[in-house]
Amino acid sequence: MVNDDVDYLMLSGIQHFRFCSRQWALIHIEQQWAENVLTIEGQHVHEKADQPFLREKRGNKLIVRAMPIRSHSLKTNGICDVVEFYEHKDGVPIHGETGTYLPIPVEYKRGKPKRGQEDVVQLVAQVMCLEEMLLCDIPAAYLFYDEIKRRVKVDITDEMRNEVQSMFKQMHHYFDRRHTPKVKTGKHCVSCSLQNLCMPELMSSTTVRSYMERYL
Amino acid sequence: MKKLLNTLFITTPDIYLSLKGENVVITHENQQLGRFPLHNFEAICTFGYAGASPKLMYACAEKNINLTFLSRSGRFLARVVGESKGNVILRKTQYRLSENEVESAKIARNFIFAKIANQKWILERMARDYPLRIDVPMFKQVSSELTTAMKAILVTEDLERLRGLEGQAATAYFKLFDQMILQQKDIFYFRNRNRRPPTDNVNALLSLAYTLLASDVTSALETVGLDAYVGYLHRDRPGRASLALDVMEELRGVMADRFVLKMINKKMMQSTDFVQKENGAVLLTDDGRRKFIKAWQERKQESLTHPYLNEKINWGLVPHAQAILLARYLRGDIEEYPPFLWK
Ligand code: SF4
Repeated sequence: MVNDDVDYLMLSGIQHFRFCSRQWALIHIEQQWAENVLTIEGQHVHEKADQPFLREKRGNKLIVRAMPIRSHSLKTNGICDVVEFYEHKDGVPIHGETGTYLPIPVEYKRGKPKRGQEDVVQLVAQVMCLEEMLLCDIPAAYLFYDEIKRRVKVDITDEMRNEVQSMFKQMHHYFDRRHTPKVKTGKHCVSCSLQNLCMPELMSSTTVRSYMERYL
Repeated sequence: MKKLLNTLFITTPDIYLSLKGENVVITHENQQLGRFPLHNFEAICTFGYAGASPKLMYACAEKNINLTFLSRSGRFLARVVGESKGNVILRKTQYRLSENEVESAKIARNFIFAKIANQKWILERMARDYPLRIDVPMFKQVSSELTTAMKAILVTEDLERLRGLEGQAATAYFKLFDQMILQQKDIFYFRNRNRRPPTDNVNALLSLAYTLLASDVTSALETVGLDAYVGYLHRDRPGRASLALDVMEELRGVMADRFVLKMINKKMMQSTDFVQKENGAVLLTDDGRRKFIKAWQERKQESLTHPYLNEKINWGLVPHAQAILLARYLRGDIEEYPPFLWK
């Protein structure tokens, strides 16, 4: 079957979805996007990593930046900030290079490690794309945090892979119906860049029915 | 300038809008009146425009911010539309629901409920304010009939039945309309609603008020990206702004009828403002129409607290508030469309 790229979802959306499924829908289905300080800074951090197809060789390590990735089974595509390929006997051959390599994605993030899992699920999704594209197993990957200037290792478990898979399933389900879900609002809304578009207060206010009944 | 939900409304005439950095800058004759972060808004809507910079238009198109230009009196002129599909989805939902009887009835019943509720509270207010001038028991009786109709409407999912209930309520309400005319009874009287052409002064004023209201509502719907021609209560008919007529139902009483009564009861209209044609049609003179429209525009500047949004706005923005709420309902954000209800 021919895959229709139109219905491929943006990989980076999974972090929005993890944070709030409504936020994801507002951005990816309704295509509403409010840039605020957080997202502008986020782009700034990316500029360094965002140099398409720059290959760099350092010893036994091959570094590829801004690498386009996709997964047909998850129906998603996106870009890896950095993929480091280590020469390794259990690795896979890479076109244009000698020897075999193991890929390890590194995703750059602003700020410091977050309590939520949104950065982690994005990284796992990248891992799953690379595994599918290269036919290999990737046991671990890294998140690099701008504020602490350090990378944090993330072990990729099957449990995580299953979770990411089911998240994409849900995202496709909403996307196919073009449905923006209603969600439980809460403290996390305060740091949400889409607060003004989402209007969480509309979801928590009294029902329209009880508002109407006041006029009987 | 007014922020309604996340729409920036510029209601002062001759305002120029531009973009500086990430901000919309609002200027009047080279004087800066304000600046707001552009990302705060989903839409910007300007009445009586001096202009907007191409840079701002570009940014709005790119960020999918609806930038709409209306004339000073609120007529829709143009909208800057980017390539996003947000509007397409909204319109398709609007069309899909309009083809489904039950879904249409669910929306239509809230328009009708509010229409009757607002008529009822006009009667109640009259009974309270002028107990010596009107037949209070009769007003109370019709008011309770309207309450009965409202209760029935809340559980109706049948469009024909809704239209029936609405017709009955309208008859009962208009039976009392003549009693609400408290001044100049010799020239202002009301027997029944007639139009095309109106054959008495009161009907001439009602017709003009409804025309003005319809144009405001049409603009408001187009401003939020809805199709004013595809409705739920009113069926599609070429050239008829059915959705505008739908939304107008709930606003007729509060915005048009009350305004007409005020113009009469405050003696703001005289017999010299009307001419009668040979065929019995009653028209307003040019002066009469000008006076009426001027007062209509002034009325739109008066403020109120929106009953559902709890936000302070002016009357001119009420149609916009309802259009925004209808779009929110169609997008699935609210479980029902919250109509405009006024006590
Ligand atoms: S404001 Fe809250 S509910 Fe709305 S998108 Fe943001 S996080 Fe989700």
